[in-house]
Amino acid sequence: MTASLGEILLALLGLPLLLGFVRLVLGPSLPDRVVALDFMTAVAVAASGLWAIATDNPVFLDVAMVLALITFVGTVAFARYLERRGSS
Amino acid sequence: MIAFAVAVVGIAFMVIAGIGLLRMPDLPTRMHASSKAGTLGAALVLAAVALHFGDAAIAVRVAVVCVFLLLTAPVASHVIARAAYRTGVPLSPETVIDELEEHRCRGLARDEPPGDDPDSSASEGSERDRRKL
Repeated sequence: MTASLGEILLALLGLPLLLGFVRLVLGPSLPDRVVALDFMTAVAVAASGLWAIATDNPVFLDVAMVLALITFVGTVAFARYLERRGSS
Repeated sequence: MIAFAVAVVGIAFMVIAGIGLLRMPDLPTRMHASSKAGTLGAALVLAAVALHFGDAAIAVRVAVVCVFLLLTAPVASHVIARAAYRTGVPLSPETVIDELEEHRCRGLARDEPPGDDPDSSASEGSERDRRKL
């Protein structure tokens, strides 16, 4: 069984995910981690789009839409939390 | 085939954004890399999805997701950057100018009683404040 072109592209998308994950682990501050998480969800939105191509199933676009919505709310909530908590 | 070319360009943007996120020296420069290039990369990959299916309904859905990404990414980055600056996340030592800091100094100098040199003492004080934070 040979991998389709969509699956190869999906594998390529693992590289930015990995880079974002390294930044998430390294930190050093909490906002750095939040930015890394934000970037990783952007990668996940792209991945669900590519998954829709690889499986020929456009349902996964809804997943991308919901992910994009949720990550915005999450980031704003994190920022509120950071400002309320004060200095790190 | 065009769809795959667009997807490859989008993935290339995401890889560049990831490298920037990893290699840049401080938070604002990291956000500069990740939020702009990352959003463009995701939007390009979604455009590739629309091209691949070639269906109006899917194209509309992709357009909605893209508009949503392009609307929320700047707001989210702005909010995070503001929170980080206010909580005193240190900037890179190579930073040349921090104009917001100067504005904050002027605000502090106005609050201080007159007598000592407002410029130097205020900037030192706020410098100490930020380091303490």
